[in-house]
Amino acid sequence: MKTSLRSLAAAATLSVSAIALSALTMAGTAQAGATFDGVKQKGYVQCGVNLGLYGFSAPDDKGHWAGLDVDMCRAVAAAMFGDSEKVKYTPLSAQQRLPALQSGEIDLLARNTTRTLTRDTANGLNFGPTNYYDGQGFMVSAKLGLKSAKQLNGATVCVLPGTTTEQNVSDYFRANKMNFKPVVIEKNEELNKAFFAGRCDALTSDASQLAAIRAAEAQNPNDYVILPELISKEPLSPAVRQGDEEWTNLVTWAFYVMVQAEEKGLTSENVDNALTSPDPDVKRLLGVTAGNGKALNVDEKWAYNIVKQVGNYGESYERNVGAGSKLKMARGQNALYTDGGLMYAPPLK
Amino acid sequence: MSNLAKALNSARVRGWLYQGLFLACALAVAWYLVSNTLTNLSTRGVATGFGFLEREAGFEIGESLVSYSASDTYLKALAVGLLNTLAVSAAGVVLATVLGVLIGVARLSSNWMVSRFATLYVETIRNVPLLLQLVVWYTIMNRLPSPREALEVVPHVFLSNRGMKFPVLAEHAGHGWVLLALVAGIAAAIAAVRYGRRRREATGRPFPTLPLAIAAVLLPPVAAFVATGAPLAFDVPELTGFNFEGGGSVTPEFTALLVGLSVYTAGFIAEIVRSGILAVPHGQTEAALALGLKPAQILRLVILPQALRVIVPPLTSQYLNLTKNSSLAVAIGYPDLVSVSNTSANQTGQVVEAVAMMMAVYLIISLCISGFMNWYNRKVALVTR
Repeated sequence: MKTSLRSLAAAATLSVSAIALSALTMAGTAQAGATFDGVKQKGYVQCGVNLGLYGFSAPDDKGHWAGLDVDMCRAVAAAMFGDSEKVKYTPLSAQQRLPALQSGEIDLLARNTTRTLTRDTANGLNFGPTNYYDGQGFMVSAKLGLKSAKQLNGATVCVLPGTTTEQNVSDYFRANKMNFKPVVIEKNEELNKAFFAGRCDALTSDASQLAAIRAAEAQNPNDYVILPELISKEPLSPAVRQGDEEWTNLVTWAFYVMVQAEEKGLTSENVDNALTSPDPDVKRLLGVTAGNGKALNVDEKWAYNIVKQVGNYGESYERNVGAGSKLKMARGQNALYTDGGLMYAPPLK
Repeated sequence: MSNLAKALNSARVRGWLYQGLFLACALAVAWYLVSNTLTNLSTRGVATGFGFLEREAGFEIGESLVSYSASDTYLKALAVGLLNTLAVSAAGVVLATVLGVLIGVARLSSNWMVSRFATLYVETIRNVPLLLQLVVWYTIMNRLPSPREALEVVPHVFLSNRGMKFPVLAEHAGHGWVLLALVAGIAAAIAAVRYGRRRREATGRPFPTLPLAIAAVLLPPVAAFVATGAPLAFDVPELTGFNFEGGGSVTPEFTALLVGLSVYTAGFIAEIVRSGILAVPHGQTEAALALGLKPAQILRLVILPQALRVIVPPLTSQYLNLTKNSSLAVAIGYPDLVSVSNTSANQTGQVVEAVAMMMAVYLIISLCISGFMNWYNRKVALVTR
């Protein structure tokens, strides 16, 4: 029985690979998935974003969405339609985000979502490349003169309950043989107020959120510092539903274009000049040498449109969360691999 | 056949039949709800059962009446939360009662100023949502200076936005004896009060109850204190690093919750006390005056015993409200049962179990309070002869 099942499975695998092979050999006529076709037909990308997290996805005073995650949505729209504005945004809470994607209400989830094994499997999602490497950190008053989280022995720490924040901070102090007193408040605003009033020596959360809280709520943001230690891994990544490889591919490579463009020094300013570049990599990237667009079933100008309209990853980073924004976060792990970071695009060929 | 019809027409049989049917329906609905939940949880691959209680909790709790660390079990963590709930509720009930009685009596005062202030208090406090009041109290607590600039109210008592720090007696073997003597003293005082009342009722002669009772409570512990070698050393709070070390402390979260709950509930208790006192006919006071009782005696011996009959039942529900309202602690960071349960549910994913436990615990606490208050109510009820 067991063997017959196994042979059946093997046969099934074989036939699936046979279909895949035949699809590959008939390049260009690859079967489009439901999401890819649906998006193409309706003419815009329905993108799930945060209710309002400055630097990642928040509407500005004119109601125009901006942020690192918003740029992810725009890049996909630019690749698909040649117009980065063909996006409709669905603001989602942490509880709503996964059901919204699973049920098909949105096509793409770019909402500072940590990629985990459970979400990638049991929850029926597929993740694109990480567009922000985050981790839980500590923010303290600059007056304390602390240089490291290892100096926090005996401190009172404000913690937002919710995901695994409480356990992470307990683990960290235990591992370093230090004591602390948590103050756990369910409401974000109350917790932040308590911290800025001096109830706690440190506030702990994802480092990007600490920076956003500091920029938006501190009376003088320079009075607070974020300590260098990150005590957990939070790779924030865009997510799509399982079952549409074509759509997953487009989201994945749309992001890699931004990273590759930064590596090649292409920006929204100079990309027009780069069209005449003799570099074969740049030629392939910008569609001067055809091939990539056809493989993804989009226009050959797809990558050019992303760089021209959204910019490369570095531009997007600096504009939204880096030096050009209120958050002023250093590149750190989010620098290109050539600068010691983790951002690395596979060859686009 | 006619027998069956006769039986069905009998009121007794019908009564049993309908009650039996109703019970069966209720049980069927309950069984359906439970089994449906369990089935759905298992098809989604969600763990069920209370096995998680034995696992390591892995998170710290801000304040605890017993020693606790992150390496203890979830069961211990929940017990810490329960103790915190009980502590703030018990202190709140006492404080709210004292404050409520004072305000209630003040509202009946013939002094215009006093009665108007009491009215203002009651009308304001009762008509502002408790959650808002808690947030206000907590904000006030957080506006206190930092530990390094703490206010030293009296020597060695520090007030800062980390709470109040005060010296406590350093532990000594003799303290057990002092405590034992205190318990014995209290027992003696109760006996003295009972004896005094019986003698007065039998002979009509007054008995110096109060001085005797005070002496009975105070003298034995002092004697024990001297006898065990007078160990009078204090553990004094001192500023080290981030905060004060040593001594005892009360956190801002506890204070804000206690003050908020007490002040709020006192507004309701004041009205209950006022209505209870007004329910005693004025003729009672006049009769007592005619007998030559002093005003304090009138209040203690004539008015209050009769007023209590009206006061106790609604007072019970205020105590229950206060206990249940303590779950608003999550909004201002006091680690009560709900706060700890939420974290446990979050980490284990076993929300149904956590909520069921919370419900059961609050139910048991409430039943205990109302059981005690019913007993007390029967005790103060008017004895008709």
